[in-house]
Amino acid sequence: MIDIKGKALKFGDNINTDIISPPQYMEMGIEEASIHAMEAVDKDFAKRVKKGDIIAAGKNFGSGSSRETSPLALKYLGVSAVVSVFFARIFYRNCINVGLPVVECEEAEKIGEGDNIEIDIEEGTINNITKQETYKCSKLPPHIMKILESGGLRNMLMQEYKENNNE
Amino acid sequence: MGKTMSEKIIARAAGVDSVSADDIVWVNVDRAMMDDILGPRVQIADGMKEIHDKVWDPEKVVIISDHYTPPASEKQAEIVNFTRKWAAAHGIDKYYEFQGPCHQIMAETGNVIPGSIVLGTDSHTCMGGAFGAFASGIGSTEMMGILITGKTWLRVPRTIKVRWEGILGEGVMAKDVSLYTIGSIGHAGATYMTVEYTGDTIWNMSLDERMCISNMAVEMGAKAGLMEADEKTIDFLKAHDADLTNMMAVTSDRDASFYTVKEYAADRLEPMVACPHAVDNVHPVSELTNQKVDQAYLGSCTGGRYNDLKAASRILKGKKIHKGVRLLVSPASTEVWKRADKDGILADLVESGATVLGPTCGVCVGVHSGLIAGGETCISSSNRNFIGRMGSKQGNIYLGSPMTVAASALQGQIADPRDYL
Repeated sequence: MIDIKGKALKFGDNINTDIISPPQYMEMGIEEASIHAMEAVDKDFAKRVKKGDIIAAGKNFGSGSSRETSPLALKYLGVSAVVSVFFARIFYRNCINVGLPVVECEEAEKIGEGDNIEIDIEEGTINNITKQETYKCSKLPPHIMKILESGGLRNMLMQEYKENNNE
Repeated sequence: MGKTMSEKIIARAAGVDSVSADDIVWVNVDRAMMDDILGPRVQIADGMKEIHDKVWDPEKVVIISDHYTPPASEKQAEIVNFTRKWAAAHGIDKYYEFQGPCHQIMAETGNVIPGSIVLGTDSHTCMGGAFGAFASGIGSTEMMGILITGKTWLRVPRTIKVRWEGILGEGVMAKDVSLYTIGSIGHAGATYMTVEYTGDTIWNMSLDERMCISNMAVEMGAKAGLMEADEKTIDFLKAHDADLTNMMAVTSDRDASFYTVKEYAADRLEPMVACPHAVDNVHPVSELTNQKVDQAYLGSCTGGRYNDLKAASRILKGKKIHKGVRLLVSPASTEVWKRADKDGILADLVESGATVLGPTCGVCVGVHSGLIAGGETCISSSNRNFIGRMGSKQGNIYLGSPMTVAASALQGQIADPRDYL
């Protein structure tokens, strides 16, 4: 059971990977590089984001590069989940693989900056506590839930390999 | 009900008789490609060390150092060094460096075969679709899983069929076809889907031109940008010593189910430009007047192949670029370089005022060799114009064909190449 609860940080459409993790800083480690996350559209993002915050975006969040440094930077800064009307494909897979929950929600744009949000991935619902509204969001197929519940693909594979070796 | 190319290729890779769009299946991967920037150093080396530090089949793994080559800083040098050593330590014989952007090298080394599954840690891996391979970009952790198990899961994509008919006019290139298609379908219009390109216009093109189009399928959100393999494809692969034993040239059945079919007329197409800061912000070059340029970039896995350099040299030969403009040229590979050099193309470009760089991803992704400053504008034959990509977030990137880049370098403003033919 993954419990996701936090304050919403609002973004618009087409927030691409060059915005999330600018290429010029990719030679640095995630700790240093994440300081520059989102700075093209939100100069102080790295400073204002707090542990547990949830990104609430418009359409097509994460378009562009295959760089996993994008979800890794968001995760490192404390983001606990990303909500978008829909996601760019590679970013979506990367989030799951690094254990950052992602949900698609047609009503994502109703979420306001600073709203208190609660996401139930299993039920496929987003509860906007501030606005007292509930939105439907995507449910994840079992094989993806398994990756997320393990905390990412790396952890899942590690568990599997341990189990196989013990047999 | 017939099947699409994607359904046929994925069914074979999954070891089942048939799959349909939206099915989720586990597939065997034929080629796993890594670059330097998102290769072993990101999650992969650490993760494998922890889980199982052995590649499932070193013959099926290709590693190409291309983004940080030649390194512009000590950090970049360390990353390339790490990548090289990791490849050697894991028995990867197919390691290439300093030879050009990975997708071009994958094609030239015969690693992209019709009907195969090619996954790489770079979003433009979809370029392999020009060879009828199901090729797509993935992240590093997913690559780590593949390197250990040889498998990954795919949701079988729906297919948008894009049909281009007719003959392109003088001064209009494959890049214009690509940009027009992206402008029409939109930055996210093919998200999770395959774009399958077909029609006379495509079949009349060389592989150089087809690669330019498939390369940018991801700019519509697509998972793959497929084209059927034909005689030209086979000729290219044979000329590059590809092993075609397991190839499977597939076509979509007439009664296959398509999400939508788009039809475009090549005869009427004008040179197109993608304006800042979105690849689908596409306008005819004729609409852009008085847009000054500081830098013109001719290169990358999208616009640095032989036919691109040749087309640009047609415009630049015997002329001088505009004062104050810098024209940077990065041939898409050593092979392209040698051919363009032999034919005098590079000399013509240099004579016009160009600076020729090594084959590299550096300029396109703003990590070395030609970043732009605040307030500067670059016209580029590469594939992405996102804010800040080539340097300053106060800079502007326009995308155009190699001929548009050449014409703009001459005029000092974004220019219509047809005025220079």
